[in-house]
Amino acid sequence: MISTFKLAARNLLRYRRRTLLTALLITLGVMTLLLFVAAAGSFKQTMVGSITDSLLGHVQIHRKGYTQSIDNLPLNLSLQPNAVSTIETALKADPDVAAYSLRVKFGAMFSNFTENTSIRLNGVDPAAEEAALPALRDRLNEGDKSGPLVEPGKVLIPTLLARGMKVKVGDSVVLVVTNASGSVNGKTFTVGGVLEGVTGPGGRDGYIHINDARELLRMEKPEVMEIAVRLKSIDTLSAVQQNLNAKLDEIQNKEGKPATELHLWSDLSPFANIVRMIDLMTLFIRIMLVAIVLVSVMNVMLMAVYERIREIGTLAAIGTQPGKLMAIFLSEGLLLGLAGAVIGIGLSYAVVAYLNINPLVFSFGREQITLHPTLQLIEVAGVLGLAVLVSALASLQPAWRAARMDPIQALRHV
Amino acid sequence: MALIQATNITKNYRVGNADVPALRGLSFEIGEGAFAAFVGPSGSGKSTLLNLIGCLDHPSSGTLLVNGTDISTLSRNAAATFRGEHLGFVFQDFNLVPVLSAYENIEYPLLMVRGWSPEKRRERVMKMIAAVDMTEQAHKRPDQMSGGQKQRVAVARALVGEPRLVLADEPTANLDHDTAYRILNLMKTMRDDFGTSFIFSTHDPKIMSEAELTFTLEDGRLNTEGVAA
Repeated sequence: MISTFKLAARNLLRYRRRTLLTALLITLGVMTLLLFVAAAGSFKQTMVGSITDSLLGHVQIHRKGYTQSIDNLPLNLSLQPNAVSTIETALKADPDVAAYSLRVKFGAMFSNFTENTSIRLNGVDPAAEEAALPALRDRLNEGDKSGPLVEPGKVLIPTLLARGMKVKVGDSVVLVVTNASGSVNGKTFTVGGVLEGVTGPGGRDGYIHINDARELLRMEKPEVMEIAVRLKSIDTLSAVQQNLNAKLDEIQNKEGKPATELHLWSDLSPFANIVRMIDLMTLFIRIMLVAIVLVSVMNVMLMAVYERIREIGTLAAIGTQPGKLMAIFLSEGLLLGLAGAVIGIGLSYAVVAYLNINPLVFSFGREQITLHPTLQLIEVAGVLGLAVLVSALASLQPAWRAARMDPIQALRHV
Repeated sequence: MALIQATNITKNYRVGNADVPALRGLSFEIGEGAFAAFVGPSGSGKSTLLNLIGCLDHPSSGTLLVNGTDISTLSRNAAATFRGEHLGFVFQDFNLVPVLSAYENIEYPLLMVRGWSPEKRRERVMKMIAAVDMTEQAHKRPDQMSGGQKQRVAVARALVGEPRLVLADEPTANLDHDTAYRILNLMKTMRDDFGTSFIFSTHDPKIMSEAELTFTLEDGRLNTEGVAA
């Protein structure tokens, strides 16, 4: 086999310019794919991390039907204490769950004493919320970043609201709510911080202490509208979903149907569609790579066969088996694809290293994204395998043609 | 037993709707250690006959035994194996592999066809390369060699696998007279040293006079059969 590859390598070097151009084409294809995957991967990771670590968590649990009307923040679709207790037991028992936070979500009127506007509020336990959303504090661009996330009597408000209502940290504001039974209640709060927005539902939400929320809503029982769950690893998402769903199904309503629902971050964030689009674009680039390798290698190998008809006839005449002849041409295509892919991978690593030293920064909505592209070994191996496999496939027909050539006709070829 | 035994062999080529006969019922025998020539003008059937003996083609009818094997029954792969084990070829245009050196061209049949071990190959190739007096040029590629040198390498390549028979189609056609005679003498020496039979085709009267046995073909028929020089 070594001899076959040696012969193949020499034949490739026989037409240096053509080999170089074809290898270059494969190199460019491989680089395009790998760099896109690396950059898109970094973008996805940053965005998904931002959404899950500072807003949604990896998984959310609600009462059945809550997410359908989440825009209205319904107060009558809360999880009752016994259901919350069962869910908490299940979450504590799951080894893949890192933390969770109980949330009381509601809409309120926000007043700075001269103007009013609406605000969506999350009543949270600061320690639990921080454990479930470790990057939430990073969104605080004004206010005390060292103490508890939100203290009783204080409210964290989104940047847009702070700007629009001309409110700053330390100002007094009034939050007025209508509770589930229709009575109105209001309370004065101090602005404890201003939160930078983030892409996704709830990106413009404010935060107060959960006890304040329950007091404002005059809750008789410790109800919860949402449980945000953080996993130890996002890779265990499917397993946790399966495990928790089985336990949540035990919580049933009066009709004997499941009373709760579990959603992954991707079910709740529109960014999941962008992720799907990125994956689709990656697929298209992958298809382009296949096309580039297929066409270029097949073209070169067909030319090689036509140019070497007499040589093929000679080799066949002196006893080279058709299978061996096929192997010679297959090896050429394979080596060509391998060389192009290896160079492409090498250059991709160099570009990725450069981009990590001089990172690309750009804005996505209101977010500043700094790309730190990385090449996953499995992706690199996949691209290498794809290029080599497609090269071999592209060489198959020319190699077959060479192997089936009639030695007499081949020897007579001028 | 004769090395080659042909009985009433014919070969027809299909041209359009008509069968064009290239060989018309040839019968002859060639023994071991022969230095024979098929002679005749262009289109007389010399190359066709060499192709049949070389298992590159099948006769349309008749029986052709080469080294006791009826070559008309061989499959494509079996014919390749037979060629690799029992036959050697020398071509008019030398037909060396351009990316291989003289040494590697000679080594090729042992490596890619026979699958010999490196030590055995080296020993055999060195012996053959010395026999054709190309030791000094062993590293040269075909484009760095003269026509005579290329044909020496081609002869060595044909003989390296110790075949029973070497077939040479117009082996001197592209060489000047002096070189042509040197190649023929080399082939004779090889025949004497290794006991390999040589059959070549030519239309050059001076070259054909070097053969020890001559078969004259004309219009697909044997005109004179096995005339000893």
